[in-house]
Amino acid sequence: MKFLFPIAQRIFYAIALLIAVLVLNFSMLHLAPGDIADTIAQASGGADAEVIEQIRKDYGLDQPFYIQLLKYIGNVLAFDLGHSFFYNQPVTDLILEKLPATLLLVITAQILALIVGVLLGVFSARNPNGLASYVVTFLALFGYAAPVFWTGILLLIAFSLKIPLFPVAGMIDVTVEGGFFARAADIALHLVLPVITLASIFLALYSRLCRASMLEVLGSDYVRTAKAKGLAEREVVFKHALKNALSPVVTLAGLQFSAVVSGAVLVETVFSWPGLGTLALQSIIARDTPTILGILFFSAFVVIVGNLLTDLVLRLIDPRVGSKA
Amino acid sequence: MNRFIRNLAVATALATAMVGSALAEAHKKGGTLTMAIPQTPRHLNPAVQSGTATGVPGTQLFAAPLRYDEDWTPQPYLAESWETSDDGLTVTLKLVKNATFHDGKPITSEDVAFSVDTIKANHPFKTMFAPVTEVQTPDAHTAVLKLSQPHPALMLAMSSQLMPIIPKHVYGDGQDPKAHPQNSENVVGSGPFKLVEFKRDQHVILERYDGFFMEGRPYLDKIVMRIIKDGSARAIGLENGELQLSSFENNVRNVNRLKKADNLDVTADGYAAIGPIDWLAFNTKSSPTADKRVRQAIAYAVDKNFILKAIMLGAAQQANAPIHPGSPLSDNSVNAYDLDVDKANKILDDAGYAKGGDGMRFKLNIDYGWPAVKPQVEYVKAALKKVGIDVTVRASADFPTWAKRVSGHDFDMTWDTVFNWGDPVIGVHRTYQSSNIKKGVIWSNTQQYENSRVDELLEMAGKEADPAKRKALYAEFQQIVAEELPVYWTNTLPYHTISNKEVGNPPRGIWATSSPMDRVYLK
Repeated sequence: MKFLFPIAQRIFYAIALLIAVLVLNFSMLHLAPGDIADTIAQASGGADAEVIEQIRKDYGLDQPFYIQLLKYIGNVLAFDLGHSFFYNQPVTDLILEKLPATLLLVITAQILALIVGVLLGVFSARNPNGLASYVVTFLALFGYAAPVFWTGILLLIAFSLKIPLFPVAGMIDVTVEGGFFARAADIALHLVLPVITLASIFLALYSRLCRASMLEVLGSDYVRTAKAKGLAEREVVFKHALKNALSPVVTLAGLQFSAVVSGAVLVETVFSWPGLGTLALQSIIARDTPTILGILFFSAFVVIVGNLLTDLVLRLIDPRVGSKA
Repeated sequence: MNRFIRNLAVATALATAMVGSALAEAHKKGGTLTMAIPQTPRHLNPAVQSGTATGVPGTQLFAAPLRYDEDWTPQPYLAESWETSDDGLTVTLKLVKNATFHDGKPITSEDVAFSVDTIKANHPFKTMFAPVTEVQTPDAHTAVLKLSQPHPALMLAMSSQLMPIIPKHVYGDGQDPKAHPQNSENVVGSGPFKLVEFKRDQHVILERYDGFFMEGRPYLDKIVMRIIKDGSARAIGLENGELQLSSFENNVRNVNRLKKADNLDVTADGYAAIGPIDWLAFNTKSSPTADKRVRQAIAYAVDKNFILKAIMLGAAQQANAPIHPGSPLSDNSVNAYDLDVDKANKILDDAGYAKGGDGMRFKLNIDYGWPAVKPQVEYVKAALKKVGIDVTVRASADFPTWAKRVSGHDFDMTWDTVFNWGDPVIGVHRTYQSSNIKKGVIWSNTQQYENSRVDELLEMAGKEADPAKRKALYAEFQQIVAEELPVYWTNTLPYHTISNKEVGNPPRGIWATSSPMDRVYLK
């Protein structure tokens, strides 16, 4: 019981927070000038006055703000994110349709960045003042500082145009025939450039963090003891030091996963990757309010649930957390 | 009457010539054309959604009564012949007899009547079919359009982009046609290609419809339209051969670069009916742009040549008048306002806008709604400084923000791009008619321009059946607005079609790729 009460409390807070996010997002979008009628007119090359009026009426935009807001919250509480104005499809369907592509891209890029970043971090920490360490630092910072759309287009010019190894855009080649393996290979081929582009940002974060934390650990007493014991350098670094140095890196990686949508928008646009980022951008440009709200709600949901889970796990593994009361 | 007989004769002769040349042409059948489209269409039914995003795939899926070649001559399509009565109040279409929808059901006059009704009720361009009071169906292959007044714009409105023939037995099921599920999947079309798959943000895949009514067409087996929003990615795909065709390309740097590629054909031909024109618009109701002399002085101070050469890099065409220079109704001979800074200064001096101590006469705002036209706006600011006008550039976060300002008449000047959409009645009148000053509606007469003679001329030209007389009416209209300058036209939007050399008959008609691509083939 002592354990359950704080959990119930946390869940209650989480729901309250989600509703606050909803109200805030809805109000902010409502404050922005112009609406879907303008963007439908834009996509149509113009529209007559009665058509514009009809669109505003069809989507309930002619009603007072508080009625629109209450209706929306009511719908969401009934697990209905509404219909996209622009695509005339249920928002939930649109999000679920795009989610797998984004997860594939983001998770692959995260794993690549984590592995390569940690290796580079360890490598440069072992000889922090060596030339190789500076090269690693430079490359990592370059990857972090360069805008992703620029990195992306540069990679396209290099590996799609000059050396035509990879396709320029999309996730699949519809002309590829064959079974599961042919399709998987095709997707993997399309995945290479976007993953490298996206990983280049995270790579810098991980390698810098890993380097700093390795340097700290390598200077500590127990590492010196281990070395004094006569253990091999490799064993000390990877078995003793790295285990302890990794924890901040893993925490950071956990946090980064929350940024599923935000991180991938630009990469998805450059490579026409059909994921949530593309959908988010398109719906913002089109003022497709239900879709924007749906994606924001979904992101908020992922972050809050993620935090809640982290919190619960911490309570389980470390009795000191939350035992003050 | 003889005009119609002549039209008919010309059409028939052309059709014969076309069939003849098509036979003589060495074209291969089969193959898959992979092309790029820059945006995801809302859906694929052009009857209830205007614009080229829907138009490009939609005109492959749906046929129309007429089609047009490069020089604006109507040609038979679903209508094997057409005739307008002497009084101009009846248009009779004779439909081809062997045409079927993609589900095999015949295309009849009932479907034509249903399509016109649906378009009239739902399409954003109300002027296209406004005078159509009724469509009679005396027999399965005769459709008679009854008009309340002569309506020459109907001819261009019967193109695939604007008047797709949709099946009554599918879309007449009582559901709202704007939200019909079969606008996006299981589309039952009437055109040369049928839908295989439409995936948002990915592709539209089309396949040859074997039952298409034109013998031997289409030549291609399949068209894969890949949705690629990034212009640089499209350019690279064209260069490396992954894409064989892309249309509506207007990034002049990419276009000029691709012109140098050995494997590509690049052309600006084929956009005359779409007719996009760039212009500087004035608020004619707020001071000082309400003063015609101020607008003229600004026109003399803003150098079209600079825009054409430095911003458009020579890829766009000069525009001096409200009708696209590619249209037979255009009068590009009006005053072009060639750069003359002294004259601009003199007009402003004479009009009583003396320079102040700081060399400035007055302040003006200039708006713009999308990033691509920022260079034009920055140039206007610099150019007007030379004549003592202090211009502040107002950026908008996005299109709706800009649209709200401009349609709310809260602006002095703005950069804008507006499309002709075939006949002037559809895309030109709306900008200049005083009856179309409608707050909250973008691309209405947001300049709030009022001139009773212009209203009268447009009204008359809209229902003038005689082409020569009609042209004269539009010429007078263009002379007046070019003198009064509610907007200052500078250039056409540099739309280009880029195709791989292995593509035969790339679409070059007046509607570019928003027209049937049944004659396209792979060499």
